[in-house]
Amino acid sequence: MLTKRIIACLDVRGGRVVKGVQFVDIVDAGDPAELAIRHARGGADEIVLLDITATHEGRGTLLDTVKRAAAQLFVPFTVGGGIRSAEDAAAVFDAGADKVSINSSAIARPELIGEIGASFGAQAVIVAIDARRGKHGVSDAEVYVSGGRKPTGLRLVEWAREAEQRGAGEILLTSMDKDGMRDGFDCELTRAVSEAVQIPVIASGGAGSAADFADVFKAGRADAALAASIFHFGVTDSRALKAEVAAAGVAMRLPC
Amino acid sequence: MIAVIDYKAGNLTSVVKALRYLGADNIVVTQSPEEVLRADKIVLPGVGHFQSTQLLADLGLTQAVREAVAKGTPFLGICVGLQWLYEGSTEAPETAGLGHFADECERFPAVFEGVELKSPHVGWNSLEEVRAASRLLRGVTPGSFVYFTHSWRAPLSDDTAAKTMYGGAFTSVVERGNVMGVQFHPEKSAETGLLVLRNFLGL
Repeated sequence: MLTKRIIACLDVRGGRVVKGVQFVDIVDAGDPAELAIRHARGGADEIVLLDITATHEGRGTLLDTVKRAAAQLFVPFTVGGGIRSAEDAAAVFDAGADKVSINSSAIARPELIGEIGASFGAQAVIVAIDARRGKHGVSDAEVYVSGGRKPTGLRLVEWAREAEQRGAGEILLTSMDKDGMRDGFDCELTRAVSEAVQIPVIASGGAGSAADFADVFKAGRADAALAASIFHFGVTDSRALKAEVAAAGVAMRLPC
Repeated sequence: MIAVIDYKAGNLTSVVKALRYLGADNIVVTQSPEEVLRADKIVLPGVGHFQSTQLLADLGLTQAVREAVAKGTPFLGICVGLQWLYEGSTEAPETAGLGHFADECERFPAVFEGVELKSPHVGWNSLEEVRAASRLLRGVTPGSFVYFTHSWRAPLSDDTAAKTMYGGAFTSVVERGNVMGVQFHPEKSAETGLLVLRNFLGL
């Protein structure tokens, strides 16, 4: 039976894993390559590494990190942040990533989705979408860029459909309303996207407990869910979390 | 020497990296029929469209693989590499597969048992009815999870060494003699995937 995926996300800045609460109080949580490998051994179904500063000068450091992590990672490995062209993506794939995640660069130039897919396959392209509910809630939810600060005028569901049509392999949907709050995913928002597209939807933003994951898989119809902060500071074992989610009636990869 | 065939479809880094991690040090990434014929083992990775396998025929690699497997060289096809072992795929009806196994690959149904089925099939799914005598799956427990990402699938037959359920059953591992294929990505399937690759390297 196809299981739901739990994805460990590492936010990286200047070559170190960081985690802030709503983008302040950023704290050093360790070496990304080492943490990625520990997460995989701890049962995470997939690893995402997001370069949150994504400066041009930091590219070499990032690629080195990706290479070191990939050398010992035998689960799917996604890298995002600062990928603005098919050449940027190729460099990340050469370093050992299996998928890239693109966000604002796909909004600025939607053709990029198909360009990366043409060389590396649609399964290698994740379109990440940061969204907030609108005045009327989910129905007019809007896409944001720049860490949730800048509205784009794009409607969430319309952009998700366009990304799929242009060849995205998966959608990574982050609720900016929930991000960092640790009080549950936005299930309604996730469900709206999951029902609008055929490709898998990864829910992000708000993970706080095993019950939150079970909710977003069931009520939100997510295919995968991503979390960062609940895993850090020594917590790299997701087996206990997965066992709890499984006990709530969701198919999980166990043992792992 | 292990020949990893490069037919310009997707990313070979992960497969080569996993084989090296398991101790294979003589890997040649190649498009040369001569090297394929000389190889001790052949791996055909692949993500992407079935049509990209057309290059194999165009470069003379189809004939080289046919000769190599006839003389007993172990062959492992991964993902589209498994599908290519069949007669063809509805994904690219003009492109012929190797035809080592009968029938063709088909797309997942849009609806299964009255319920809409998402496609592609992406994620960790289990290997069921693992053939006990399979050399590729030696030590793999039925129910073990492996990572898939694909929209077309191979039919069941007597050569099926393991099946997986998604919109009905399909062949996730095929094996007859020295010719083997896996629909999942062993290089991305944690310990189970590494075990399968280790078994292949040990043939």
